[in-house]
Formats: sequence, structure tokens, C-alpha cells
Amino acid sequence: MTKRKFQIYRGDNDKGEFVQYETEIQEGMVVLDVIHKIQAEQANDLAVRWNCKAGKCGSCSMEINGKPKLSCMTRMNEYKPDETITITPLKTFPIIKDLVTDVSWNYEQNKRIKPVKLEPEAKTEKGYVMYQKDVDRIQEFRKCIECYLCQNVCHILRDHDKKDVFIGPRFMIRVASLEMHPLDRGDRIPELKKEFGSGMCNITRCCTDVCPEHINITDNGIIPLKERVIDRFYDPVTILRRKIFGPRKKKLPPKKF
Amino acid sequence: MLDISEIKTIEHDVLIVGAGGAGLSAAIEASAQGMSTGVVMKSLLGKAHTVMAEGGMAAALGNVDHRDHWKIHFRDTMRGGKFLNVWRMAELHAKIAPERVRLLEEWGAVFDRTKKGLINQRNFGGHRYPRLAHVGDRTGLEMIRTLQDHGIHHGIEAYMECTALDLLKNKNGEVCGVVCLWRESGTFTIFKAKSIIFATGGGGKAWDVTSNSWEYTGDGYALAYEAGAELMDLEFNQFHPTGMVWPLSVKGLLVTESVRGEGGILLNSEGTRFMFNYIPERFRSETADTQEEAARWLAGDQNARRPPELLTRDVVARAINEEVKAGRGSKHGGAYLNIATQRSAEDIKKKLPSMYHQFKVLAELDITKEPMEVGPTCHYFMGGIRVDADTTMSSLPGLFACGECAAGMHGANRLGGNSLSDLLVFGYLAGKNASEYAKKLGTHSDFDEEQAKQIIRNATDILNRESGANPYLLHEELEKNMQKNVGIIRTKDDLNTGIDTLEKIKEEYKTVKAKGSSQFNPGWHEAIGMRNLLITAEAVARAALMREESRGAHTREDFPGEREEWIKYNIVTTKGEDGKMKLKKVERPAPDPELERIAKSSIEDLETEVANERK
Repeated sequence: MTKRKFQIYRGDNDKGEFVQYETEIQEGMVVLDVIHKIQAEQANDLAVRWNCKAGKCGSCSMEINGKPKLSCMTRMNEYKPDETITITPLKTFPIIKDLVTDVSWNYEQNKRIKPVKLEPEAKTEKGYVMYQKDVDRIQEFRKCIECYLCQNVCHILRDHDKKDVFIGPRFMIRVASLEMHPLDRGDRIPELKKEFGSGMCNITRCCTDVCPEHINITDNGIIPLKERVIDRFYDPVTILRRKIFGPRKKKLPPKKF
Repeated sequence: MLDISEIKTIEHDVLIVGAGGAGLSAAIEASAQGMSTGVVMKSLLGKAHTVMAEGGMAAALGNVDHRDHWKIHFRDTMRGGKFLNVWRMAELHAKIAPERVRLLEEWGAVFDRTKKGLINQRNFGGHRYPRLAHVGDRTGLEMIRTLQDHGIHHGIEAYMECTALDLLKNKNGEVCGVVCLWRESGTFTIFKAKSIIFATGGGGKAWDVTSNSWEYTGDGYALAYEAGAELMDLEFNQFHPTGMVWPLSVKGLLVTESVRGEGGILLNSEGTRFMFNYIPERFRSETADTQEEAARWLAGDQNARRPPELLTRDVVARAINEEVKAGRGSKHGGAYLNIATQRSAEDIKKKLPSMYHQFKVLAELDITKEPMEVGPTCHYFMGGIRVDADTTMSSLPGLFACGECAAGMHGANRLGGNSLSDLLVFGYLAGKNASEYAKKLGTHSDFDEEQAKQIIRNATDILNRESGANPYLLHEELEKNMQKNVGIIRTKDDLNTGIDTLEKIKEEYKTVKAKGSSQFNPGWHEAIGMRNLLITAEAVARAALMREESRGAHTREDFPGEREEWIKYNIVTTKGEDGKMKLKKVERPAPDPELERIAKSSIEDLETEVANERK
């Protein structure tokens, strides 16, 4: 057991301050454990969100020494023993209290995305037929735990506060998970360009760097979507082909198996 | 003076409390029935406990082993539940689960696939065939995200970070609303509804070592109990055999049963694969008795019997407990769970990615190279609110319950994978039946204003008190008491000590004090949840004392083995007129003869029967 020092933001969006705490650390503790310990012993009303404590729910996102992280998966032994650890709420969203921010904007974005609609032709009495190799890439996107660390770190949202024009990396890969679904027949490319702001992203890959699920957000999600937008709206050959032959249909797997 | 007209009121036809798999399934169905539907939840949408489910959802799809059939799933469920399940619930579950799983796929869930492109299914404890539709080891996330994404486009109002405090009834004693607290602002709202569905999960937070999150404070049990509903089977608490035991700060965190489903073996400190020594008579003919046969099974031999690591959870948890007690435990007091010697590193990372990640980060251990250390952790409540099997309505008119907070489906022990399918099946049935009830009722009814005021005062008193007990420390006391006296192995003396201690904690609770303001104050929320947890803990301890036998997850050291006398009864708990907890033995109705025949058939006979039906 060793004593360690922390400074934690206490307050709301309008005013607040860093409060210093000192507490004993045991082997194996993560930052969230420390916050709980301080909460139980010194600051009963310290506000923090958490649920699973296993990196599966994405509730306990915060900034630790300025880095956006899940506090339940950040071990204390990542830091030097004599270092004071600074804990602040996510910067991109309004602070409700202490480490809790108002992330409701994200829920609004999800509602704007057209839901999945599977090709009825592909349905068999044993369900839909899809092959593993065809779903591998969308399963990567579906690992997302909605911790919003990517949204928090995206400079379009964080530094430029352009929440009105860009949907953010989390919802770019949500769109990708639908657009690349082998049996989905929706079309979200026009909205991507006109409403979701796919052109805003300039591929700095900050979102990919902070993803606790190690989803390759930029390379596997955002860039292919940007390419689809370019094909649709800017590539003269594709535009001509669409005019003559109509939109390209998705290939369906065989119905008999 | 509190003026009730200043409290905001929101009306819905059907109101659901809880937004995990069961709550969202219920909400989607109620909305599909044309009901104005609201869901109140303590956390943000998509963060409920379902998100932590790993292994999969059990349904007799027959995609991997074509011999599977609802009858065999039903038989497995009844045997796993030690025949204490409500027969009709187990029947409905086995029959309806496949279509609900396929519907989830239609709503966007992307399951792992078989070679033929169908939903893949994996092996799990107590299931005869590979039966669990899954996505790696993050099936719960897939389920909740799918329901969430589907639900938001289907007219469901989600009220996030909103805690249900207590139910309101009309003058006829029917449930007509619930008083809620907004966690963010600390203000109150009264939700009026024609019917209310509880999908509030369990109460594992009463124990020290648990896989459950802060949300699991038995809210549904306590609110229903306070309003006069019957609770049932609360003595049956599942201790999942494999929780992490090291480091201490993550003790209890779940290690999915899929590790064993994918071939993981359990070893003691002497390197013995000890599960071979713990095969119960009931499962002997269907379990491998040599390592050689177990290895053949893992290699895919359909004639080989299942390895003993895949016995039901109650059996495996007790076995690990025994080994540790006999001095053959692992370094930190558990058993070794080894997948590294059974599967390639690449397979492990593909099939168990979140386990790999969890151990790598939290225990600095590479599960593709080293064994994990695991031990029992409080995981699931088989018991809960007593409901009608077909309608899911509780004994209180207008109150429905589904998912973990409802009793009956799993009997004395739940099979892994039957929980997620339970959420889909009974969530749907609750949504459907609560909607029908609301349609018949037609109009909202008036609640008792005095009662509403009292509920609000109970909550604000905790803040307004000058001084009193620290809610966090009180909670710790409760956890230690339950862990020590109402744990995995129980005796009369321990249970009595446990109950006495609970009475003391209840007294202390009367003066509980939360410091700080009403705005997002976790100390206050903790104190509010404590009332529910105390009711839940007391109901568990008293029922455990009453049931003088060992059945499934309920083990009485002083009454070993199942007793013929006790299969005839459920223990039903209600709040007495005098405010004290009242328990009674209630005789179970005779099972449908056909269901009884199926459940008690030999596996060979049933397999032949099912094969003949198909011809």
C-alpha cells in the first residue's frame, strides 16, 4: 500500500476547481477504483458514471492527465509513483457535475441514421444467409461500446465545436456498419455528404488512437465511406454508369444451402 | 410543504422500468401494439447490465447440430433447474426463443456465422448441443445495441438516468404509476401508466464478490414487495463458477463460460483436472468420464460425451469451492482455468477477444500462454417477482415483470445462455400482455397524493438529515454480511447470524445521511438503492433459512441433497400487514403430464422421438 496524490475537477460547466485528494493504493488498482475509494471515504457526492468496470459498457470515459481514457481499464501502475494524477471530465461535452458530462447530443445523432433494412429476398426458413468473411468487417464496427472517446477527441467537435455539421467518428462507423452490411438495402450516401458532414474529417486518426476497442475507425470506416461519397457525387464515370444502368444492386448469397 | 401539483407528471399507456434486454424487448413490443411507451432507466441507454453478457443466447435453432429441438432445450432447462422451474415458462421459452433470435438478426444483429452462412452456435454448460447464438464473447453488447437502435426508430421514449422510487396504486389497488428521481437534477417526476413492466434485473450488489454493477440493487423486488406483490424462490442465487480472483480490485469480475465452451479446462494446484471427481449421478450417463473422451468431444466427435467442465454452474461452483477448502486452490485462492493448452493463440483471440483483453489489461496475464485464476462470484437471481407464466403479470394487477427480476423460468439454477433468450422471449410476452391490459383498462386512474408525497419525503429526508450513517460504509457492511453468512454454502447458524446482522443494518439505515446537494449525487443514490438492497437481502436470507434442502444453487451444508418433500413447494414472500416480512410454503401445481414426460425421458428416447417427428 502506498499513498498517491490526485487532483480531480469538482464543479459544473460554469464554475469549478481542482480538489486535491490523497489515498492509499493497492496492487492492481485502476483509476476508477481510486475514484470509488475517494468517493466512499472523502467525497460521497463526487459524481462519476460507471457500470461494468470491465471495459464493456463505455460509461466511465474521462480524461486522465489530459488523455481520454476508460478509467476502469487504466491501471495505476501506468503512472509514476510520485506523480500527481489529474482527472477531468470529457472536454467536448458540457459538464453536468464533476466527471459527468452531458452526452445527449450523441443520442440525437444516432436517431438521424436510417435503420437497417434487410433484403427480404435473402430470408430463408433458417434465417438470413451471410458468410463470416462478409460480416467480418462490420463486426469490427459493431464492437463499439459508445464510450464517445472518439467523439471527445475529434478536433472538429472538440476544438471547432462543429456539432451542427459533423456527426462524429462514432456515427461514421455506425453508418459504415450499415452501408457495408451484406444484406442491407438502405442508402445513406446522400445524407453522409449533405447532412452528416463526411467531408469534414481530414483523417488525423485521433479517433482511432483513443478507441479502447481498437476499431480501425479511420482506415476501415471513414475512408471507405468518403470514397463512396466521391464515387457517387464526383466520379464522372460512375455518375454516367448510374444514369444509364441505375443504382448498383448488392449481390445476394444463394438461397439454398 | 410539498405541493404535489408542482411535481411534473408524464403519462404513458405502458411504462417500463429498466432498459436492458428485457425492458427494451418489452418496449419494442408495446410500441408495436400501438401503445404510448416510455422506458425509465438508471443509466444511459445502452449501458444496462445486458451489455456485460458474453457467451450467447440459447435457442434450438439446430444450425450446428441438426438434432436440436425445443423439447431437448426444454429438457436441459428443467434438469438444470432441478425441476423447480415453472414448467410452462420453460416450455414457452424453449419454443419461442428461436424465432426471437432470428428476429433480432432482422433488426440488425450480426451473429457469428456457420460455414453455411447461418447463425453460429456454441457449446455451453448443461446444453446438450451447441446452442448459443453468439458474437465472439460480446453477445450482450450486440443484443442491447440492436434493441436500442431498433427501439429509437419505433416511438419509444427513453428517460435516462432516472430512478424509480416506489409504485403508486389507485383506489382499487391496481398499479397506476411510479414516482421517479432524475439523477442529474435531483428533481422528481410522477409517471402515470395503465400498466407497468418491471425489467429491473437482480440484486447481486448485496454481496462482496459479485459480477454485478452498481445498478443491481434489487429495485424491482423491493418496489414490488412494498406495493404488495409476491416474490418467489429468492433463496436461489447463482454463483457463477468463474469470476476473476486476482487482482483484488477486480475480484468477482466475470470470466465467460465460453472459455469452457471453447474447451477450457479446470485444474487445481496439483495439476489435477478435478471436475471428473464431481459428476453428479443425474448427469453421469451424459458426461465424459475420461480425458480421452473429453478430448474427442472437443475435436468434434458427435458420439463423445461432454467434458465435466460443462456441467451446470451450481455443480462447477461448488467443486471449485471444495478444492479451495481442501487446500488445493490456486495461488490467490481459486482454481486454474486453462484454455492455452486447448486452443491455438489465434483461436483464443478470435473467439474470446474481450477475455484476452480483460486479463491482459487488468491482470497483466496472457491467456493464450498462461492459465487464468478463477473462483465463484455472485451472478444471477433465479427468484424474483412471482408472475403468471403466460401473461407475465405479477400478483398485483397492472404490474408485469420479465427478465431477471421475474421468478420461475430458471427454477433452482439457470443454464448459461438461457438468460439472454429469456430476455427476448419474456420481454416480448410482457410487452404484449401489458399492452392488452392497458387497452382493456382504457383510461388512466388517479393515484393517492399523500402516498406520492411520502415517497418523495422518504428520498429527501436522506439529504436533509443533520447527520447519520455513511451509505457507502453501510453498503460494505451489508456486502460482508451476505458474503460470510448467506454465501454459496449455507447453514442454519450462519443464516441466523446473517439475519440478525441485517436487522442491525436496517436500524442503522434509518439514519442514513447523504452529504452534498441533490444534483448528481452518487452518495444519495447509493442510500436510496440501499433500502431496496436490504429488502432483497432479507428476502434471500429468510427464504434460504426456510428451505431445508440443497437444490441447484441453494446449498445447505446442514441439509445435503435434494429432498422429495421440498420439490413440492416454492417459498413465497410478501410484506405482512404488520410491515414485517412474511414467508410461506406454497404448493406447486402438478405439471402438465406431457411436459413431465419430455423432461424426464432419457436423452436417447427423446432424441429418437424428435428424429421420428422430423421424418
